Parts: sequence; structure tokens; C-alpha cells
Amino acid sequence: MDFTAFARYGPELASGLPLTLLLVGQSLALGFVLAMLIALMRLSTNPLLSSFAYGFVYVFRSTPLLVQIFLIYYGSGQFRPFLQDIGLWVFFRDAWFCAVLALTLNTGAYTSEIIRGGIQSVPFGQLEAGRAVGMAPLQLFYRITFPIAIRQALPAYGNEIILMVKASSLASTITILEITGIAKKIIAATFQPVEIFIIAGAFYLSLNFVITQGIRYAEYRLSPKSPEARARAEERRQRAVLAR
Amino acid sequence: MPTHRFLAVAAGLLFAGSAAAQDWSTIRIATEGAYAPWNFQTAAGELAGFEIDLAADLCARMEAECEIVQQAWDGIIPALQAGRYDAIMAGMSITDARREVISFSRPYVVTPGRFVVTQDSPFAGFATDVDYIVMSEIDDADQAALDAIVETFSGNVIGVQTATTHENFLRQYLGDAVDIRSYDTQENLDLDLQAGRIDAALASMGYWVPLLESEQGQDFVMVGPALAGGVFGEGVGVGIRQEDGGLVEKFDAAIEEALEDGTISALAVEWFGFDSAARD
Repeated sequence: MDFTAFARYGPELASGLPLTLLLVGQSLALGFVLAMLIALMRLSTNPLLSSFAYGFVYVFRSTPLLVQIFLIYYGSGQFRPFLQDIGLWVFFRDAWFCAVLALTLNTGAYTSEIIRGGIQSVPFGQLEAGRAVGMAPLQLFYRITFPIAIRQALPAYGNEIILMVKASSLASTITILEITGIAKKIIAATFQPVEIFIIAGAFYLSLNFVITQGIRYAEYRLSPKSPEARARAEERRQRAVLAR
Repeated sequence: MPTHRFLAVAAGLLFAGSAAAQDWSTIRIATEGAYAPWNFQTAAGELAGFEIDLAADLCARMEAECEIVQQAWDGIIPALQAGRYDAIMAGMSITDARREVISFSRPYVVTPGRFVVTQDSPFAGFATDVDYIVMSEIDDADQAALDAIVETFSGNVIGVQTATTHENFLRQYLGDAVDIRSYDTQENLDLDLQAGRIDAALASMGYWVPLLESEQGQDFVMVGPALAGGVFGEGVGVGIRQEDGGLVEKFDAAIEEALEDGTISALAVEWFGFDSAARD
């Protein structure tokens, strides 16, 4: 074990951190929007929408992400003339676009199931209460269904965020130099895979530690049992009383 | 003699992991299997190629039973050090950086590197006054040719397989001028050259010549001078653990023989389309 490697290659590996964060951030943001749409389609009574969403989730959950990234990047290269004709090649030419697309579709599929579970766990009585005070369907969704669904889905979604941080390392297979890509590059030059992967692993570990703490805090804040949440509910109640 | 045998046994007990292979009656040789025609997998999933044939010939000369194992390129040196196999025959160039961690036999093949672009590329006609540059002996004409390479490709994207001497050349001589993109396998690099994501690729002529003759290589053309020596290393040799000195000599003797009786030349012509045997 060469301990000097940690100091020597740590900074170079750290230079991949912004790219990893950007990759995960973009994919999670786009993936969440996609997941919301897919979850609503899946729950729709329209059989066409519902079965499309089912098929999408089935395909992306049942194939390895490595295969998806490879097919989207190298596969699209095989259809260059067609993609050029319809003007999409400018996107597929770019490795970054292909990586974000693959990660977005993948997390979109997983997250849609998490959201669907959350929505279906909303107690019927609470919806009925909402309807009883005359809430319109849309209002019912964003005042009652969505907040409760998110609270229910948060632990599972936190898991998904962590999985995405790790999955982003697969982008290194299509020439993107994020943490793992840089690690592979250094290993190629130094033949010290153990030392370099220990540093790279430590970066992922620290990143996920911060994320885990963030999710714990969010869970605490959103939990109806937390003192803050109780205080806020009490405050709302009093305001409502004063307003009357 | 008895003392030697005692020492050998004692060493064998101390280094129990490698003890079984010390007499080298069986040798495990690793290859990548994704670098045609050096070594590749046939449609039936069997390993084939120049190095598979050469390994069989060398093993017969060493009177050893050889097993060929497949190992991904990026882990091929660490796994040798870990003792998963005893030798590497995977188109691996002998370089100083690699010499720090493993030993090499004498080279069996010397193939220069060359740039390849697509037929419709603006660089398709690129040529220099000299057509063969030995990087360790650069004269004025050679330097002019190197400058022409930098100027021609400046601002473009050049693909190369990661951890190769070709990548080292690009980083050293074109690092500031071009965008270097590293690929895990040569096959993925070819896909991206075909797709137009990169403007040129640099690899060994031992790889390019047969590819360009095949159907997959129809759109490709070699440009610029052939590059060898210096940063490209002394040639391609067998990679061997540093502590297995005896094996280096066995391979050296076998390679010497195979070079002398023309076996390596014949295999090179058969697989590469030109004689690239590493004569002194």
C-alpha cells in the first residue's frame, strides 16, 4: 500500500467532484419531473396511459443501467444519418447528454414507482375530508395528496438519491471524466488500482454521508410527530381561530 | 546441487502462492480478447488472433502447457501482480512506466502507431514529407512533421485507448492543442470515430491495417507518418511478474528462436498483413 498516493492523487480526483454532482443533480431534477408524469399516467384510469407507464417502468427497471448507457451512447452512433435528418444528432453526439438521458430515464422509472406508492398510501379519509370542505380536484392534489405522498415516499426516495450518486460512476464508460472516470485514468497511468479506488470510494462515502444527513433532516421536518411540525400545526390552528 | 534444491524448496515454501508454477511446466497467459487481430473472441466465443497462435508456438518451444485466460485491459497488470496468471500477451508495449511494476520479455513485434480518420474527413489527405518517425531520434525533418501533426489536428477531438503508449504520445506532444478522449476499449473508440464524435484516432498499425481491409474499416483511412520508438516503447513483449525472473529468460529464448526461424514473421503477415517481427 502506497500511502503517498492519497496526497498525490486526492486533488486530481477531487476535481471530478463537481462533474459528479452536476450529473446527479441534473438527472435527479429531470428524473423527478418525469417520474411525476409517469406516476400520474400509471394511476390514470385511461388504459393506454397506464399501460405505457407500466411498460416504461418495466423496461428501465429490468435492464442494467450500464447496458442502457452503452446503448444510448454507442447505439445512437449507429443511427447517425437518421438522427442527423431529424436534427437530434447534436444532442446524441454529446456524451454528457447521453449520460444525463440514461440516468434521467432510469431514475424516472424507479422514482415513479416510489411516488405511486406514496400517492396510494394517502388515507382515503383525508381525501374525503378535503372534498367535504369543497376542494377542487387540483387543489385536493396539491394541498392533500402531494404533501402526504411526499412524506410517505421520502425514505425510499432518499435511497434512490444515494443509488443515483453511485450510478453516476457508470458515465465513466462513455468517456466522461467524473470521479470514477478520473480514477480509471490515474490507474491506467500508475497501475495502483487499490489506492486510487480507496480515494474515489472515500469521495462517494462523504458525498452520501452529507446526503443521508440531509434526508434525515427533511424527514424530521416533514414528520407530523416532530415538535416543529406540531408547533406549526398549532400556530395554524390559532391563526384560523383568530381569523374567524 | 543439493543446496540449490534445498533453497528452491525453502523459497517454494516461503512463497507458497507461486510455488506450484516455479518449474514452469504450466503457464497461465492472460490476453484481453478485444483487440483484433492481436487477440479477440470469435463469433463462437473462442479466443483467436496473432498472440493466441504465437502463445501456442512459444509454449511448444518452452515445452510448457499453457492456459490462455481473458482479462479486461484496465486490470491486466494488477491481476498479474496478484498472481492470477503468469504472463501477459495482449499487444502490450514495453515502456519505462510499465517496467517499474512488471518485467518484460524481449519484444516480439514492433508496430508503429498511426492516425486514422474517416474517408469524408477534412484530414483524409493529410501527409508529411517523412512517412516514418522514430521518436528517440528526431531530426529536423521529423520535427517539421511532428509540428505539422500538431498544427493539423489543433482544436480537434482525438480518441485513443486509455493506458496505451499512444495516449502517452498524445498527452506529451498534442496535449495542449487537441481534446483527447480516452476509451476503455479500441472497439468503442472505433464506434465513436465512425459516429463522428471524434475527428481522428491514434492506435497501432498492427490494429489498423487488418481493420481497414475488413468491412468494418471501409470508411477509415490512415493519415500522417508512422510513429515508433521513444514514447511508443521498444515494441510489444510478454509481461511477466518482476520476481519471476526465470520465466523471462524462458520466453526470451523461445521468442529468439521463433524470430530466427521466421515463425513470427509468418504469423505477422498472416494476421497483420505486413511483417512486423521485432528483429534487432
